[in-house]
Amino acid sequence: MKEPLVMRMPGFWPTGSYRALCVWIIFLAGSMLVAGFGEHWSWAVNFPRDWTVPLRYWISDFMEWLTKDLDFGLFTFKEMTRSITWLLEWPLMFASGLLVSGFSFSSDPNAEVVLHPLPWIALIGLSMILGHWVRDWKLALLTGTCMAYLAIFGRWESAMITLSAISIAVPLGILGGLLIGILAHRKAGFARTIEPVLDLMQTTPVFAYLVPVLFLFGFGPVAAMIATMIYATPPMVRVTMLALSRVPAESIECGLMQGCTRRQLLWKVMIPSATPGLMIGINQVIMLSLNMVIIASMIGAGGLGFDVLSSLKRLAIGSGLEAGIAITLLAIVLDRLSQSFARRGPGMRKRKGGLFIHRHLHLTVAIVLLVGTWFISTYLPFARAYPESWTITTSGFWEDLVRWINVSYFDQLEAFKNFLLLNILIPVKRFMLATPWVVVVAFVMLLGYRLGGWKLALLTVCLTLLIAFTGGWKKGMITVYLCGISVVFASLIGIPIGIWAAHSERGHRIVQVCIDTLQTLPSFVYLIPVVMLFRVGDFAAMLAIVAYAIAPAIRYTDHGMRQVPTQLVEAAKIFGCTRGQILRKVKLPIALPEIMLGINQTIMMALSMLVITALVGTRDLGQEVYIALTKADTGRGLVAGISVAAIAIICDRLIKAWVAKRRTALGIDGN
Amino acid sequence: MPKTHNRFFTSFLIGAAMLVSSSVQADVESTDPIILTLHDWTGQYITTTIMGRVLQEMGYNVKYQQADYLAQFAGLESGDLHVAMEMWETTGKDAMEKSLATGNTVDLGETGMQAIEEWWYPIYMKDKCPGLPDWNALNDCADVFSTAETAPSGRYLGGPVTWGGYDDERVEALELNYEVVHAGTDAALFAELESAYQRKAPWLGWVYTPHWAPIKFEGEFVEFPRYSDECYTDKSVGVNPDMAYDCGKPRGWIKKVGWKGGEEKWSCAYNAIRAFTIDNQAMGTMVGEVDLDGKSVEDVVEGWLNANKDTWTSWTQCS
Repeated sequence: MKEPLVMRMPGFWPTGSYRALCVWIIFLAGSMLVAGFGEHWSWAVNFPRDWTVPLRYWISDFMEWLTKDLDFGLFTFKEMTRSITWLLEWPLMFASGLLVSGFSFSSDPNAEVVLHPLPWIALIGLSMILGHWVRDWKLALLTGTCMAYLAIFGRWESAMITLSAISIAVPLGILGGLLIGILAHRKAGFARTIEPVLDLMQTTPVFAYLVPVLFLFGFGPVAAMIATMIYATPPMVRVTMLALSRVPAESIECGLMQGCTRRQLLWKVMIPSATPGLMIGINQVIMLSLNMVIIASMIGAGGLGFDVLSSLKRLAIGSGLEAGIAITLLAIVLDRLSQSFARRGPGMRKRKGGLFIHRHLHLTVAIVLLVGTWFISTYLPFARAYPESWTITTSGFWEDLVRWINVSYFDQLEAFKNFLLLNILIPVKRFMLATPWVVVVAFVMLLGYRLGGWKLALLTVCLTLLIAFTGGWKKGMITVYLCGISVVFASLIGIPIGIWAAHSERGHRIVQVCIDTLQTLPSFVYLIPVVMLFRVGDFAAMLAIVAYAIAPAIRYTDHGMRQVPTQLVEAAKIFGCTRGQILRKVKLPIALPEIMLGINQTIMMALSMLVITALVGTRDLGQEVYIALTKADTGRGLVAGISVAAIAIICDRLIKAWVAKRRTALGIDGN
Repeated sequence: MPKTHNRFFTSFLIGAAMLVSSSVQADVESTDPIILTLHDWTGQYITTTIMGRVLQEMGYNVKYQQADYLAQFAGLESGDLHVAMEMWETTGKDAMEKSLATGNTVDLGETGMQAIEEWWYPIYMKDKCPGLPDWNALNDCADVFSTAETAPSGRYLGGPVTWGGYDDERVEALELNYEVVHAGTDAALFAELESAYQRKAPWLGWVYTPHWAPIKFEGEFVEFPRYSDECYTDKSVGVNPDMAYDCGKPRGWIKKVGWKGGEEKWSCAYNAIRAFTIDNQAMGTMVGEVDLDGKSVEDVVEGWLNANKDTWTSWTQCS
């Protein structure tokens, strides 16, 4: 009686559950065998050190050759990269001249500034005009308030340094991503080769390639900008490819019938109709670029990132938080403006007839404002730079708050921490480290085979072996442990929140704001208070990872639950299901693939937090990357970084394979 | 493709030529900015600003550039960065020697400050563990310094792994009943200290000076058997006849390092940098003024320059 039921229900293992069971039993028996004979087969338990391939030294040597010896005859490789730096310096100098330092039109750095930078009043006004132009007064108020925050809290100059770097990096990233995406859309072969490269760019921790970038592009803002672009461009490429492939065939045919050339078809038909999709990419580029602000400040970008870092080094929690919020607000302004700009219909853009002033009201006001404030600022210093005596700060409050929590609740927090640490974290860590590596490889292979066939099994095994053979096994396992536990906690907290948000509009809005803040607020800001309350160690690291990685778990759950077809819910109601039953038996199973994609993103973000948590003393691959950075060891950093990427890619492929199977079983169209 | 590269390169050359041609005006060898690196601790900020101000007084152009303490060597070797004012023997010696060996950087002499790094505890711990600061008292107080994770051993919070310091070896050689936990960064280390100090809770960790922490928090360094070179290299020397590292940490110099090419380009400036010296006392006072009294680095440096005019003008005498 039971058998057909199992067959009909799409179970966790999509096919032949009996065969699957057998395979897993054999696997378990094998693992026990390996563990039991551990003494005799020590090579199977701990990865033998002399099997390690010295890949990191090869990479370091290659880098040395690249920067010192490679010569194209007329110029060397390093001269080539340096000339790129020189080229990129021009727009950056212009932007920072406009926003920060002004122009002196002289090569002498001490010369008097002839043309002052844009005054703060002008920029606040300009942002409001822009807000009103792209949407309405509400947006104007929002952008104006955010920009005013920067001035009032004394972050103006730093914010402008950051903004000048961002204002060059973001358009370049968008343009580059768009062009690569178009090329990949046109040439299938190119798309196939670029796919793994994009994977690597997105999953390798930034710290890992910071050293080679420094070697090639020199110290300073340009190197920081290039690192930012490597990190922030891939989503744009992907989104472009996806958006172009989704342009309706009718539109293209219509364009062809009108006699469009290939170029016209692309720029006049396909790109406009793909714009809503492309906007997601633009949003991602902006968000990720602002994510990079802190890391970029470590290699000479300065600005808000430097403010955050230096405040926290002095343990000035409040001032670090204020600088961190400034980054978040900058992200909000840029994001809302670009989103609204894209949503403006083409019809809204032109107002015909009347005087120039009527047709271009916003432009006129902006010009008047610019000229006026610029004129004033040459005579009145307070208009040029926001006076320091007008600034306010709340930093004392935050420091007192943390002190109060610390003094009054430390013992309770400590007890809670010790409970989790002694009962969950430490046992799991011991288990992961004690598991023989052969067993792990076999497990990953089986999982790959069950979910995606031999091809997937081969890929996962190769990537696992890559970690083992480059000497990162132990640290890799600690990585898996720390990220795994964090992802479990993030899901346990995030999924219920997502379900709640899906059922309530107000909840949805509140959650949105929280998620956006968590994602753009630099994790450094909460890392130091967390250390103060929970001491250095795995627990503090886990909390920081959970805080950062919880966002996609919430977002995808919310999204997935909202997409459950209403007919199904209605049908369930007719059958007399209670609310709990509808949730458990109808909504959750159908939303599960979407939720799993959210967990997939959570894993990716958890892995990308690793290097940051190395700052509070974890001993995983993130630490390896961090050590390599401080020692300027290219090979060591890249190898550890690629190992992190390997873990990410394994998880990603396995989960996606599972989702695909599940979707077919449920009869839902995969995207 | 090669054609575009060529064009980049030609424009690169033209740019370089423009920079060179515009640089003959003042009475110094070159008005190209001398780039001084800034790291993330106040003391270094102050030494660098003092040096920068002195160089400006001499007529040089000066630029400050934020850079990582160790990663900066890549920049110093290639000439992207020019002068680093604080390289500590205790933490940066290996990286510095490796860099000097390339021949692209040059040792610009000691700053006159002495780095002290050692195990440190807040002063109130003397009540709970009366034998301190003698290291022999540590084992008696292991339970006082222990936490749930390390019990029954005591917990010692060491610096980031990259700092070295041989604390694991020291614990073993001196048979200390302590577990060494590594903080990932300076910030994490002092965040824990601040937290413990607020609660007057036990804390034992790596503190160094010149730094604001020993000024802000009252405490003492543990007194280990005095360091000697033999203690680190020769197993038979020291308290434990079978092991090395059975003594305290070395106290070391803090040096200045520069890009080799600058020696010719700004020879007089490099002489002034060589001549720069300051002592721990003066430095500690200035760090305290900035970090504890909330003055700006610029004001504090300006105050020092006014009060010590004779000192710094003597540096600027070109030989």
